[in-house]
Amino acid sequence: MGKLEIEKLSDSNFILQMGPHHPATHGVLRLFCEFEGERVIKITPDIGYLHRGIEKLSETKTYPVAMTLTDRLDYISSMINNIGYCLAVERLLNIEPPPRAKFIRTVVSELTRLSSHLLWLATHALDIGAMTVFLYAFREREQILQFFEKICGARLTVSYPRIGGVRFDINSFVLDEIYKFMDTMLNRIDEYETLLTENRIWIARTKNIGVISAAEAVSLGLTGPALRASGVYYDVRKHMPYDAYNEVEFEVPLGENGDTYDRYLCRIREMRQSVFIVKQCIEKMPKGEIITDKAIDIDISPERKRLFVAEDSLWSGFIAFLDEKRELIPKGEIYSAVEAPKGELGFYIVSDGGGKPYRMRIRAPSFIHISAIPKLCEGHFLADVIAIIGTLDIVMGEADR
Amino acid sequence: MAEKIKKAATEASLKIAEQLRRIFYDYIVDIKEFRGQVLVVVNKEKIKEIIKYLKEEQGFNHLQDLCGVDYYPQKPRFEVVYSLFSIWRRLYIRLKVKVDEEDPEIESISDLWQSANWLERECFDMFGLRFKGHPDLKRILMPEDWEGYPLRKDYPIEGKEVWKGFREIVESGV
Repeated sequence: MGKLEIEKLSDSNFILQMGPHHPATHGVLRLFCEFEGERVIKITPDIGYLHRGIEKLSETKTYPVAMTLTDRLDYISSMINNIGYCLAVERLLNIEPPPRAKFIRTVVSELTRLSSHLLWLATHALDIGAMTVFLYAFREREQILQFFEKICGARLTVSYPRIGGVRFDINSFVLDEIYKFMDTMLNRIDEYETLLTENRIWIARTKNIGVISAAEAVSLGLTGPALRASGVYYDVRKHMPYDAYNEVEFEVPLGENGDTYDRYLCRIREMRQSVFIVKQCIEKMPKGEIITDKAIDIDISPERKRLFVAEDSLWSGFIAFLDEKRELIPKGEIYSAVEAPKGELGFYIVSDGGGKPYRMRIRAPSFIHISAIPKLCEGHFLADVIAIIGTLDIVMGEADR
Repeated sequence: MAEKIKKAATEASLKIAEQLRRIFYDYIVDIKEFRGQVLVVVNKEKIKEIIKYLKEEQGFNHLQDLCGVDYYPQKPRFEVVYSLFSIWRRLYIRLKVKVDEEDPEIESISDLWQSANWLERECFDMFGLRFKGHPDLKRILMPEDWEGYPLRKDYPIEGKEVWKGFREIVESGV
């Protein structure tokens, strides 16, 4: 009898519910974990706790207004979300921002990438137990957020880019400050590396954890640094260039083993490349307009605009649409992707000729990365699950939408 | 320069679309091009075979996106859209399938790409389209006992009623 019970006990697996409000899950992710001893047998992620129906909501907003919803996707890199959305609508309308706007967009998106990677580094290291990095990384992140404040007045949900350009020009003082900060940033990245790269504990916790082969990473749909750490050369900035990425030189860092340590190294190297891109952009920054004449604008009320906008321009046409249904936005559908810090962020917009998106689909990298957690965690310890969640760099605002 | 590359990519995608027409003649409904992106409208029966052909013979190894669209009063009502990308050829192609409301079933491609698993689940959750051969087709973003499919056009923006689970909490007075 007793023996039987013991056998039964050892047979039964230990079940653990992690989340939805666990500090290491970076939001409201719930994991349903099944263990044998301390080894993971099966993990089932459960998401949807932050679902706000952004895709449905955007169907009721006009194109310029729907942009503010994209801020709330990946709320730590809202600048890139905005740019991704604007690019999709621009391609739909067949307009192009002026060169200066393109360069400004590239500068701010690389600054966003830096700030997002800094937050990732801080929390990832904190989860694994390296407290110091957290404080170091937040010091620099604060500076980047202050630049955003100087550029557009907002720190997190910026809504700075506009369809057809950007909202404000950056003055040369701020550009100088950013340029100077980029030099210190390089030293700071070295500083983080002295804390982690050759740290014995860090290596023990990250090497050979969550290994994924190149073929499997593609099949799982991983993108961004998570895919490149497995050695697959795929970067939207190179494969489908947008904004000024054609005109700057940069490398795409690749990993070899596809483990947590390689993903760490990839992101660190990417931060260095971001610094170089920002510096090049500021050096090459052309003068001129920051928004095209054809752009749809939201800053002036429709009544006032009707007073001084020519009848036949797309501008006035769009306003006219707001009152009565007229076909001014071309009919069609467009898929446009940007390289967000987390991976490939895609917008698929269907237009039926009205002033509101008929359907706006958001391809969120975090959503697909979470679906890869069960595969990555197979056969690892509970403590490694935390490292794997950290290394994928997920944000629930984007996964649940 | 960049324009030239884009144009060449579009032409290459169009060539692949034409080749699809040659192989799966009866099952290709339409080939369109809009802003340099090639769209192939495909018959529902052969969708999986066509995607398999594109993946294995033409090197479209990255499933960028899979989503549904609802054209409410029209018939057939739904569309499922597949965005495929070839990482090494740098080509993009989009496939589209029309699905009826009466028979909202379509073959699953979750054995071709593991990422399709969750994308199809989301499509089911939001539109109520059923994917044949999917290993675990259940709701993903909405609660399991949710009624209705939120992204359908006849579903009101503020929802139909308060969710059962929330009502229980309110009524229990905790």
